Formats: sequence, C-alpha cells, structure tokens
Amino acid sequence: MIRINHLNKSFGDLHVLKNIDLTVYESDVVCLIGSSGSGKSTLLRCLNFLEKKDNGNIIIEGIEVNPRTDNLNKIREKVGMVFQNFNLFPHKTVLENIIEAPMMVKGVDKEKAIFKAKQLLQKVDLEDKADVYPSKLSGGQKQRVAIARALAMEPDIMLFDEPTSALDPELVGEVLTTMKDLAEEGMTMVVVTHEMGFAKEVADRIAYMHDGKIIEHATSEQFFNHPKEERTREFLKATMLK
Amino acid sequence: MPSFSHFFNILTETKGVFLKAMLLTLELTAVSIILGIVIGLIFALLKNSKIKVLELISDAYVYLVRGTPLIVQIFILYFGISGIFLLPDFWAASIALALHNGAYISEILRGAIQAVDKGQLEAGRSLGMTKALTLRRIILPQAFRRALPPLGNQFIISLKDSSLAAFISMNELFNVATTLGSNNFDEMTYLLIVAVYYLLLVALLTFIVNRIELKLAVSDR
Repeated sequence: MIRINHLNKSFGDLHVLKNIDLTVYESDVVCLIGSSGSGKSTLLRCLNFLEKKDNGNIIIEGIEVNPRTDNLNKIREKVGMVFQNFNLFPHKTVLENIIEAPMMVKGVDKEKAIFKAKQLLQKVDLEDKADVYPSKLSGGQKQRVAIARALAMEPDIMLFDEPTSALDPELVGEVLTTMKDLAEEGMTMVVVTHEMGFAKEVADRIAYMHDGKIIEHATSEQFFNHPKEERTREFLKATMLK
Repeated sequence: MPSFSHFFNILTETKGVFLKAMLLTLELTAVSIILGIVIGLIFALLKNSKIKVLELISDAYVYLVRGTPLIVQIFILYFGISGIFLLPDFWAASIALALHNGAYISEILRGAIQAVDKGQLEAGRSLGMTKALTLRRIILPQAFRRALPPLGNQFIISLKDSSLAAFISMNELFNVATTLGSNNFDEMTYLLIVAVYYLLLVALLTFIVNRIELKLAVSDR
C-alpha cells in the first residue's frame, strides 16, 4: 500500500534518512523502533508529507506521489496521524475536535458527523466525554480522543508517532489496547514506539533503525527470536534487560 | 481652585453636551478598533507568510506608523487626502486612528499566532485541512484568545488617542472640554469633568474586555 524507495532526507548538514527502502502492505502493522535520533519519526512524517523528502520515491497505492504537483491535502485525508503530544484542539470540545475535519474538509453533514463521532467515542470508550474540553482529560483519554479524531476521516492507514511516550505509565495500557483493537480490525498501521511489548505482540513486521538506516526489517517473530544483525542483537539485549 | 459644588453643578449642566461628545468619542474608537483589527490581522498574516516581499511590506508599514506621531498621521491624512478628494472629518480621523492601531495590533497578533503550538498546525494538516483552513479554524481562534490582554490594552490606548481628533475640529470629548473651558474662563473644571468621562469609558471598556476573556476561558486554556 505504501512503498518507499531510496528515500533520503537531510536537515541542513545532518543526513537523517539514508536510502530508506520500506514497504507496508494492506492491514500490516509495522513498528519502527530504534533509539532517539535514528530517524524513525522523520521517516513516519515523510509518509504523510509533514516532512519533505530530499529524494527517493514514495508510492501510495501504486501511484507515485509528486509533492510539488499533487494535492497533498487529499492524500493526507487518507493517512491519519496520532502525535506524541496529542495536539487536540484546546478551544473545542472532544466532539467538536472529532467532527471538525470531516465537516470542514469532506463537507460531511453535521448530524452525520456527530453520529459517526459518537460511534468512534464509543469505540475508544469515551462516550461520556463528548462535551468535555481537552484540558479536563487525562493523557490517556486525550490520546484516545486523538485516535478517534484521526479515524473520523476514515483513513486507509494510520501513523502513530510515539503515541504513548508522553503518558504516565499507568495510562499507557488503555491507549495500547485501543491500538491493538484497531490492528485486529485490519487497519494498516505504522507505529514509531519504544513499547517493545506492544511491538512484539501486535506488530506483523519490525523495522529497526539506527543512524538513519534500516538495520533490520523482519517479521515480528524473526526479529525478536532470530535477529540477523549484530546491532539488532545488541539493541534487543539492551532493551530487554530493563 | 474650583469647589466641589461648582464642579458638580457644571457636571450636571453640561451633561447633554458631553454625552453627545462621548458618543462621538465612542464611535471614533469603535471604528478605529474594528478597522484596526482587520488591518492588523492582514499585516500580521503578511508578516507570517514566509514570503519575503510580503514580510517587507508589513515591516515598512509598522515602521512608518510606529515611527511617526499619531497627530502627524492624523494631519497628513486629513489635510493630505482632502487635497485629493473630499473625505468627511469623521472618516479622516477614524481611518488615521485605524491605521495607527493596525500597526500595533499586527505586532500583537503576529506574536500571538506564533505562540500557538506548532503541533496544532500539524494536527490540522494531518487531517487533510489546508493551511488556510487550519489558520482560520484552529490557529486564529487560539491566537485571539492569547492576544486579548494586550489587545484590551491597545483598545484603551485607542480610546484616549481619539482625543487627538480634536485637532481636526471633531467635537469629541477633549475638544468640547477645551472649547467650553476657554469660553467660560474655567479650563480646570472642564478638564476635570472630561477626565471623569474618560475614566468612565475606560472602566466600561475594561469591563467588556474582561467579560470576553472570561467567556473565552471556558475551554480553560
């Protein structure tokens, strides 16, 4: 569904993504893991063109995207994103947050949008918070609203940029559960995360990144049980020994 | 020194004249604020546009307005424009005031817009919203909320600036006070009276701005 060929990106002198090749198939759950600075977030953000690649191809559903000429807004309607810091709209209620984009971008009728929003809130277990402002929610609740908001646009693929990194430990579980449910429903997901347990349990494939390159890319089973690369082994050793 | 009873007598006697003048002061202020916000918003967006030429235009405007006294700007507009075509006093004064306000308001709004978290723009864009839509629905509402205290301050300044319209013969509060004062050889009393009127207006304006702040704070920034 999304294929990346020879992607390169630099921020000034810093070469952050080096010749990245990656394919994400429909209903795949791919976890990007690695230490800070490995380029995983940047790679994720290139997928919805929040970051602009320097060169390489990004092919979505068989069609190569040309950022200069194509309508990126249309593409972003199909690619949902969930941020580490939630980025909920603070001046709008939970319900208003969720109906905003469908109404403003897709022209969905208000009643329909509200109906769908309430369904999504049920799905993330927050129906009673519809008229609450984000400032009154816990981190875990905010992130679940953020997931509902992204899902309201009915995307084909969901990107998660360290969705639980800003959460208190006891709130992480509820978000991971929501993500796991989403995966089981067949959503295509690319997740940047430090949650190894989640990756092991839910991911179909893992891409381990270090210093701008994908060091190892394998099925979850292969990655955790029979890692091929030395660096991968070192990384796994360091993270498992917590 | 005028006595208290003298002061109160004149205050009540001149009620009608001053209330009429106060209305004019309010009209000048209101127009200059509303136009000032529109102008300020335009130039704030130009400055944030990341297009060099537009940024320079905004810089030039702010520099010119902040670099010259308001009274000079009023005179230039009044005497200058009326050489070209007939502009009613009221509009000469309010446009000059609006252009003046606009520069300060543009700086206030520019800062407020930049202060909105970058993640808000990213969230909007990731949902397929265009930059313009995100600006309009997500960023500007938050920016205005942030900008209310300094904007409220600017409104009060603008109210007092309206007194300079006296110098192009508009019968707002200050002009009426000085005219009546010199006619009656009692400048002090009339100046004190007009000061009271200004104090009342500023109190009213402050109250209104506070109410707006409270109402917008419902979402509990």
